[in-house]
Amino acid sequence: MALHKEHEIHKRRSGLNKGVGILLAAFVVLIMVLTMVKVTSSGFQFPETQEAQN
Amino acid sequence: MTDASINASRAYEDEASFGDYFALLKPRVMSLVVFTALVGLLAAPVGVHPVVGFCAILFIAIGGGASGALNMWWDADIDKVMKRTKGRPIPAGKVEAGEALALGLALSGLSVIMLALAANVFAGAFLAFTIFFYVVIYTMWLKRATPQNIVIGGAAGAFPPVIGWIAATGTMSVEPWLMFLLTFMWTPPHFWALALFMRSDYDDAGVPMLTVTHGRRSTRLHILAYTVLLAVLAVGTAFSSIGGPLYLAVALVLNAMFLHGAWKITRRDEDDSEADNFKVERSFFKLSLLYLFLHFGAILAEALLKPFGLGGW
Repeated sequence: MALHKEHEIHKRRSGLNKGVGILLAAFVVLIMVLTMVKVTSSGFQFPETQEAQN
Repeated sequence: MTDASINASRAYEDEASFGDYFALLKPRVMSLVVFTALVGLLAAPVGVHPVVGFCAILFIAIGGGASGALNMWWDADIDKVMKRTKGRPIPAGKVEAGEALALGLALSGLSVIMLALAANVFAGAFLAFTIFFYVVIYTMWLKRATPQNIVIGGAAGAFPPVIGWIAATGTMSVEPWLMFLLTFMWTPPHFWALALFMRSDYDDAGVPMLTVTHGRRSTRLHILAYTVLLAVLAVGTAFSSIGGPLYLAVALVLNAMFLHGAWKITRRDEDDSEADNFKVERSFFKLSLLYLFLHFGAILAEALLKPFGLGGW
């Protein structure tokens, strides 16, 4: 039996997919903000490059 | 899962929604984890950048949620027997046990690594230990083996303020362990009061709850004993660096009420409890929720007042 486009199951799956999508997008933004905070903090140092080590 | 296979495998009504996966993380337990970890983080004598602090609390909460999912995966067999837990996503048929295992493992790894990166490696390692303790030591090993299961489970639930403190300071000291002991000593009277009025649940599931193995009279005495020890600890904490006059006032009032409640539970027998449908035990349980919230709230208030020269001694 083919399911109708507007079937309840599609709505439910759409809700789940949107929820996961929003969480992933929020995670990406969070990591970006955290990285910015880390690299702009006073204690941050870039690792020594290969040239500098030689 | 294709549309064509839906009818063959399971009715669509049983397909999990976003909320069912979220329920695997035990949101109510997670809210306690968030609150106590936040208090641990803010009571620490080191300032933390708000973004780093937010991330630390978030990943501690996700770690706590992951433990909850792994607990539900392992305990699915007893959850479907107990009235209190049979509506959980796995026994309700919404989520497969294997999905809970996968979600729990994935979120455990994510939370530990991200906490180590956001705060420090010590905090990440301690979160990993907490998840291991709750899932392996408590859930898999001791929960079904000893009537002191609640005491051991209480230890796992008491770690978040310690992790919050370590996330802020990178080191360990006495104060976070006082917060640990507060939750640790609070858990047994809290859960044993619940076990007294949810009497058939643990019997049906075969979990060796103290009420089943040692009897209800013994459980009442245990509640009093733990409440006395808890009162000494809770009031004593007022004189540490995380305490202060406000905390002392809160602790004195709440512990007097808690001791009074435990004393009333001890003096009652089963006939008294049956007669009023466990009124005293139920009100003690409700008070226990307020008890922990207000103790940690007072520690938080002392920490927040310190910059204004008001908190602490």
